Amino acid sequence: MGEALPVAGRERQRAVAQALRAFLPERAVLWQEEDTRPYECDGLTAYRKLPMVVALPETEEQVQRILKTCHALGVPVVPRGAGTGLSGGALPPGDGVLLSLAKFMRIVRVDPVARVAVVQPGVRNLAISDAAAPFGLYYAPDPSSQIACTIGGNVAENSGGVHCLKYGLTVHNVLRVRGYAADGEPLDFGAEALDAPGLDLLALIVGSEGMLAVATEITVKLLPKPPAARVVMASFDDLQKAGDAVAAVIAAGIIPAGLEMMDRPATRAVEEFVGAGYDLEAAAILLCEADGLPEEVEDEIAKVKEVLTRAGATRLTVSRDEAERLRFWSGRKAAFPAMGRISPDYYCMDGTIPRKRLGEVLGFIGEMEKKYGLRCPNVFHAGDGNLHPLILFDANDAGALKRTEEFAAEVLQKCVAVGGTITGEHGVGVEKINEMCAQFRDAELELFHAVKRAYDPLGLLNPGKAVPTLARCAEFGRRHVRAGALPHAQLPRF
Amino acid sequence: MSADLRERIRAAAGRGTALRLRGGGSKDFYGGAPRGEVLDTRAHAGIVDYEPTELVVTARCGTPLAELEAALAAQGQMLAFEPPHFGGGATLGGCVAAGLSGPRRAAAGALRDFVLGARLIDGRARELAFGGRVMKNVAGYDVSRLLAGSLGTLGLILEVSLKVLPRPAAERTLRLELPQAKAIEQLNRWAGTALPVSASAWRDGELHLRLSGAEAAVRAAGQTLGGQTLAADAANRFWTGVRDHSDTFFAGDAPLWRLSLPSSAPPLELPGEPLIEWGGALRWLRTQAAAATMREAAARAGGHATLFRGGDKAAGVFAPLAPALARLHRELKAAFDPAGVVNPGRLYPDF
Repeated sequence: MGEALPVAGRERQRAVAQALRAFLPERAVLWQEEDTRPYECDGLTAYRKLPMVVALPETEEQVQRILKTCHALGVPVVPRGAGTGLSGGALPPGDGVLLSLAKFMRIVRVDPVARVAVVQPGVRNLAISDAAAPFGLYYAPDPSSQIACTIGGNVAENSGGVHCLKYGLTVHNVLRVRGYAADGEPLDFGAEALDAPGLDLLALIVGSEGMLAVATEITVKLLPKPPAARVVMASFDDLQKAGDAVAAVIAAGIIPAGLEMMDRPATRAVEEFVGAGYDLEAAAILLCEADGLPEEVEDEIAKVKEVLTRAGATRLTVSRDEAERLRFWSGRKAAFPAMGRISPDYYCMDGTIPRKRLGEVLGFIGEMEKKYGLRCPNVFHAGDGNLHPLILFDANDAGALKRTEEFAAEVLQKCVAVGGTITGEHGVGVEKINEMCAQFRDAELELFHAVKRAYDPLGLLNPGKAVPTLARCAEFGRRHVRAGALPHAQLPRF
Repeated sequence: MSADLRERIRAAAGRGTALRLRGGGSKDFYGGAPRGEVLDTRAHAGIVDYEPTELVVTARCGTPLAELEAALAAQGQMLAFEPPHFGGGATLGGCVAAGLSGPRRAAAGALRDFVLGARLIDGRARELAFGGRVMKNVAGYDVSRLLAGSLGTLGLILEVSLKVLPRPAAERTLRLELPQAKAIEQLNRWAGTALPVSASAWRDGELHLRLSGAEAAVRAAGQTLGGQTLAADAANRFWTGVRDHSDTFFAGDAPLWRLSLPSSAPPLELPGEPLIEWGGALRWLRTQAAAATMREAAARAGGHATLFRGGDKAAGVFAPLAPALARLHRELKAAFDPAGVVNPGRLYPDF
């Protein structure tokens, strides 16, 4: 819940709002609670805070002046796109300015010859592909929230999607980011060429969770839309066999456009919801997509069928047409809204593990279900080893939230223990900041802080996110994960 | 072994003397003139972990690139960015530090795109680990990718984890006759289609195109594009020549300029005939033209120019940075190497 500001806070609020009103129109500076309330959280609703002031600039010059003003006043600034993030990266500062880039919705330029699009950060991910479609092009990274999430947020989080094993993450598909440092100094990383002189600061800005700079213009690569795509749906009577089948596909020299896995509790939940035609008797199903020239697709589908049969698939179906392909995917994309139907609350994890440890980690999650008395269906990006186990719970049930927290903490611990990571694509934000203490040692955390200081010596941009202080790590020696339910429950996810 | 390397760096930092990090020395020519006492990385060698079905290889910096590539080839895999070797002896550490990619870059991605994790000894002799051995990892700033192309100025890259890919089932190289402007136009047009072009090189009115992928797709694309098909060994020789600069274009002492441009930039009005790679995005020139001339031409076209080999390095090897970026470079250098011990001057004179 948001909290009322003390008197000193109200004076500060008035001073900051006034300073911003000197160059922003009235509608672009929000400070009354009824106006700022919608900004109290992002996609991770367990964490809420009323921003002191919300600023809604429309021009780069306004962004620069907001940053300069806040810098001069020593006021923290938190950038925000659509607010669909899942780690609390856009959680507002109670004593600062929430900088919404929602009005930066312009597609500046699509160059179909050089295959690039120059867009503002508030442009939705899918809107880029829509703008490129008349030229037979598209923007490859496709987080499942792509109808709502913005490219600025994608850059901040280095978002992935279901096609990133073959087509890469945001970092592989962004050529240039222009923006401003915390003190309002203009910055320009990358180029429309394939590289730029000096250190690769473009790589550093992508995934930096809004802590190093505020992006105001992003240049992305566009790819030709594959003329053909088909998906194989395979059933397995055993989770381990399905995991081994994933390795077998890779071992056969195939990089599928998408390679996703769902276990039986997940397929049963979504089948009831969307009727995708899933095999409800299977312990797990795999979706394996091939795309490219028709000749390539036929060749790859034949190989995939052979490999999966040898790996013990009990049923194989290949999509016959585009409608059927989309229907097979519809269940996977609707997995999260479907969970919302069978459980009052659910908590999503984002660990990534080496694929060979899949069976072991799934077995571990099964044990945790028994230990905590909570169900945990699994959907995941099998090709990348990126797991999204979903713990189902009822927040109204006393103790369920705490059990969920402990369950999740044990699973993330397991991910790190098998050589993986606490977050594959959702970011650290505020949610997994304590887990960072398990992933990194003090020396690395110190270096992260030094990198932050190089860009933002006063520590005003998105303070307290992504990188814990050493003192915090000392305090949180024990792993601790907070639960959070998702808003926009109908939005396809992950 | 890494303890010895740390000790050397700690001692140098204590004395405030420069260290020149060096593997096989195959890229001694590249960047600002090396200075300081040589710290040879070659003893810290070997593949640490390679599981083909994970698509990840982890190896120590001194591992010969040829040895690493042979281990991948034995499993039908490759470094998809096709790194240059520039003669014998190239090591993985130098490869990542230089950050250079070969003919497949425009289609498959650059070296930095394949970096998943790294261990580093920074200029304060701290051993640090970033990223990991998994495909997706967004915990912390992406320092391991920042090391790609850092020319050892942030520290000694001890160990690297790279994403690897399967070798294509089929490859075919075609030779077509096209004037420069037409070749650039066609390359951009083809790149906007699903044609499986994995490399391109234009020179003297001749365009070489390499197609990679499923046999049927390569055959079909070959028929669409026409031209002459090269025999497999001639094709391999050709692409190795372009990759390692053993092609005749790169012979002799004339300064070699590397221009990185938007792929669709029209032919530059500069003296000399270029060799054009990466679908138009990389243009090599042999010229005595002044650095300022080259840099202005590249900047006008939306890119940058590097004095890649030879010539007078006094005018700077790499394009100068805008003041804001130059400041960030200095601040980052101070974060990693406050005493300026590792590879000073290799990237920028004050760095």
